[in-house]
Amino acid sequence: MTLGVEHRPGPAEGPGSRTGVPAPLPAPGPAIELRGISKAFGPVQANKDIDLTVARGSIHGIVGENGAGKSTLMSILYGFYRPDAGTIRIGGREIAITDSQTAIRAGIGMVFQHFKLVPNFTVLENVILGAEDGPWLRRSLSRARGELQRLAADYDLQVDPDRPVETLSVGHQQRVEILKALYRQAEILILDEPTGVLTPAEADHLFRILGGLRDQGKTIVLITHKLREIMDITDTVSVMRRGEIVATMPTRDTSPEKLAEAMVGRKVLLDSGKTPAAPGPAVLDLRGLRMVDKDGVERLRGIDLTLRAGEILGLAGVSGNGQSALLEILGGYPEPGARVEGSLTLNGRPLPLTRTDAGARRDAGVGHIPEDRQAEGLIMDFAAWENTAFGYHDRARYGRGWLMDTGAMRAEAAAWMEQFDVRPRDPDLASRNFSGGNQQKLVVAREIENDPAVLLIGQPTRGVDIGAIEFIHRRIIALRDAGRAILLVSVELDEIMQLSDRIAVMFDGRIMGERLPGQTDAGELGLLMAGCDPATTRPQDGIPPEAAAPDRPAGQPSDAGPASPSPSKGII
Amino acid sequence: MDVATVIQILDSAVRLMTPLLLACLAGLFSERSGIFDIGLEGKMLMAAFASAAAAAVTGNVWIGLAAGVAGSLALSLIHGAASITFRGNQLISGVAINFLASGLTVLLGQTWFGLGGRTPALEGAARFAEWKLPFADRIAPVPVIGPLYSDVLSGHTPLVYAALLAVPATWWLLYRTRFGLRLRAVGENPASVDTAGVSVTRLRWTAIAITGLLTGLAGAYLATGLSAGFVKEMSAGRGYIALAALIFANWRPWRALGATFLFGLMEAVANRFPNIDLGPFTVPSMFMNALPYILTVIILAGFIGRATPPRAGGEPYVKER
Repeated sequence: MTLGVEHRPGPAEGPGSRTGVPAPLPAPGPAIELRGISKAFGPVQANKDIDLTVARGSIHGIVGENGAGKSTLMSILYGFYRPDAGTIRIGGREIAITDSQTAIRAGIGMVFQHFKLVPNFTVLENVILGAEDGPWLRRSLSRARGELQRLAADYDLQVDPDRPVETLSVGHQQRVEILKALYRQAEILILDEPTGVLTPAEADHLFRILGGLRDQGKTIVLITHKLREIMDITDTVSVMRRGEIVATMPTRDTSPEKLAEAMVGRKVLLDSGKTPAAPGPAVLDLRGLRMVDKDGVERLRGIDLTLRAGEILGLAGVSGNGQSALLEILGGYPEPGARVEGSLTLNGRPLPLTRTDAGARRDAGVGHIPEDRQAEGLIMDFAAWENTAFGYHDRARYGRGWLMDTGAMRAEAAAWMEQFDVRPRDPDLASRNFSGGNQQKLVVAREIENDPAVLLIGQPTRGVDIGAIEFIHRRIIALRDAGRAILLVSVELDEIMQLSDRIAVMFDGRIMGERLPGQTDAGELGLLMAGCDPATTRPQDGIPPEAAAPDRPAGQPSDAGPASPSPSKGII
Repeated sequence: MDVATVIQILDSAVRLMTPLLLACLAGLFSERSGIFDIGLEGKMLMAAFASAAAAAVTGNVWIGLAAGVAGSLALSLIHGAASITFRGNQLISGVAINFLASGLTVLLGQTWFGLGGRTPALEGAARFAEWKLPFADRIAPVPVIGPLYSDVLSGHTPLVYAALLAVPATWWLLYRTRFGLRLRAVGENPASVDTAGVSVTRLRWTAIAITGLLTGLAGAYLATGLSAGFVKEMSAGRGYIALAALIFANWRPWRALGATFLFGLMEAVANRFPNIDLGPFTVPSMFMNALPYILTVIILAGFIGRATPPRAGGEPYVKER
C-alpha cells in the first residue's frame, strides 16, 4: 500500500509480529473494527468516516499531529463520546459503547496520557477502585493482592501494592494504570501518548511490557506522535490527518520519513539544515555553581559552563539530574529555600545568582523558554496577546506614559502569530485553547523575538507535534546564526545531537563531560548520562551491553531483559 | 476548682460538642466527596427551626426530628443542584443557603407563631428526654470512673449517643467499604472514578444527602436537646466552628471527635468562667470563644501538623478527554 492513497480496510492486515513469530490467535477475526465513525464538535469535524481494523494480538500504532483526531477516536472507543455515525465491533460483535462501564465490560482498557489515579491511595486501592467484588473492601483487597502478584510475574509489571501512588515514579504510576486495565480483564489496551512523561529507560521498559502483552494475545493500540516508537514496537500503523485515516500499513513496509510525510501532508525536513557554527567570544560564564535545596539535598555539585556567541550548547541527561534546577537558577528564580553559591557573568559583568528574578534576567538580556510551558511559560487563562507581552510588558514599546499600550501588544502578538504560524491566529484566544505545539510557539515567539543575548531553552519540543518541532528547531538555529548564545536542555537525545554545536552531559548535579556532536555517538553519551566516564569504564571489547543504548541510564533494573533496538537516527 | 466543677464542665462539654460533632461529620462527607459546604450553618439553623416548629405543633419530638432532617435535606438539595448538577460555585451556593436559612426561619416563625421569630417553648414529649445508661447508678460510687461514666457519659439525650456512634460508623464506612473508597477517591480525583465507570454525580449526591441528614440531626439537637425551642440565629456560628474542626481534624472521623470535644470544652469553660482571672490580667470570655478560630488559623498556617484537604474540593467535575 502506498501513501497518499485512500485507505481501503482489509482483513488481510494480520498481526505480522516483527520478530517473525506469529502471535497466538485465540479466536479468528479482528479485535476492533470501526466502520464509518464520524464525530463533530460544533463546526469542527474531529473524526470523519473512520474505518479501522485492529488485528487481535497485535500492536497497532496510530500516529498523527496534535489535533488530528486520535484522542477523539479513542475517547469514542472508551465511551466518553458517542459517535455521530458509524459502527463499532469488538471481537466481531457489534456494540454501542455508551459509557466507560460498557467499554470496560467489552474488554477495553485505557491508559490515559494524564493518569487517572488517586494520588494518596495505595496501588492496591487504585487497582480495585470501581472494580470491587462487593460492598466490603477486605475481600476485594486480598483478591487483588494475589492477582497483582500473578500479573507482575506474567508481564514484568512489578509494583509494591502498598505504596501510595504519589510516592511512585511516573513510570511506575503508568504500570499501575496498565495493571488497572489488566485487573479488569482487558483484552484490548489503548495507550495515549504513553512515553510523553517517561524517561527513555522507562519507555524501554514499557515497550518490553507491551511486547509481552502482545505475545500473550492481548491487542494493543498505541497512540503517539513519536515515529521512532512506531518503528520500534508496532506491527501495523495507521496515520491520521485532520480527522481522517489517510493510510494504514504494516510497519515493516514503511519508514519514518514516509510516516512524517503522511502525517503532515507534505515533505518534512527531518534534517534541520544546520550549517557549522561560527562561535564567537564567551557571553555567559558560570563558575562553581552549587545548590543545596531546602531539604538539605545537594542538587548541583559544582557546575562550570561557558556559552559562546553563535553557538548552541546542548545539555543532555536523564530528567531529574539537576537540569531543571540549573535552568531555574540561570533564569533568575532559584527554588525557594535553596542555598546557591558560585559566580555568573554576562559579557564580563557579574549577574546575581540569588535575590534576583526572571524580569531582571530578561532586562539583562537572558531570555528563557521554560521547561513547563503551562506552569511557567504561560498563564493559561490569559489571552495570547497578554502572554506574548509578559516578562517584557514594561518595555517602552508597550507603554504609553504610565499606561499599558494594549493596542501595541495586540498588534505585535498578531504579527508574531503570523510569523510563527500559530493557529488559530486569534490574539484574543485564551492560551489554554491552543494545542500544545501552538502554545509552545507562543512562548518561543516571545523569547526569540525579544532578541536576547543568551537564550535558555528547556525541553523545547516536549509534547509538540512534528510540524511544529521542525519549525521551532529552525527558529532556534536562526537565532544562533544571528550570533546569540543558546543553552538547550533536553531529555531527547536525538534533539540534542541534531541541534547542538557542543554537547555537555549532566548526571547527578555534575557535568560528566563535553563532546562535539561529530565526534561522539549515542553510546558514548548514554554512558555519560548513566554517570560512567567512558574513558575509564569502556572495556577493551566495546561498550557493556547494559549501557549500549542511550536510553538506559543508571537506575535501570538489571532484570530488564534484552535490549530493544534503539536507533539513533536523526528522527524525532 | 473541685472535682464536681470539673465533672460539670466535662458534662457540659459533651453537650456542646454534640452539634459540632454532627455538623463536622456532615461536612466530612461532603468535603471528602469534593463538595465544599460552607452552608452547614444554614442547614443547622433550618433544621433547628423545622424540628422546633414541628415538635411544638405535634408535641412529638420524633416528628420534630424528622422535620428537622427534612428541612436540612431540602437545603442540601439546593446545594447539590447548584454545585453538582449545574456546576456552580460551591462557596457562593453555601453562602446563599446561609442567608436563606437565616431569613426564612425568622420569617416563617413570625408568620406561624407570632413570637418574634421564636417558636413556643418545648416541654415534655416535645423535647428529647435524657437517657440514663445501664448501671449508671451502680458505677457512680467508683472513684474517677464512676462520675465520668454516670455524670459525664450518662444522662444525655439520644442524639448525643447518635453523634458518638456516628464517629466509628463514619470511620468504618470511609475505610472499610466500597462506598467509602469511592467517596474518598471522588474527592481526590473524580476523573479516576469516572474512568473506572462509576458515576461521579451519583456519588456526590449521596454524600450531600448524608450531609443533609447529619446537619439535620445537629440542628434538631440544638432546638430540642440543648435548648427548648428555636430562637433567632440559634446556631450561632456553630457551622463555621464545625468547618474549623474539620480542618483541625484533617478530614478524619476520629480526629473530628477530638477536635469537636476540644472546641466543646473551650465553650464549656467559657460559659462556666466568663472571665478567667490570672492575677496580673484577666482573660476575657471573648478570647475563649475566639480560640477555635485562632487554633484553626494556626493549623492552616502550618504551625501544628499540616492540613491536607481533599484535592478536588471546590471544583465542579467537568468530564474531559
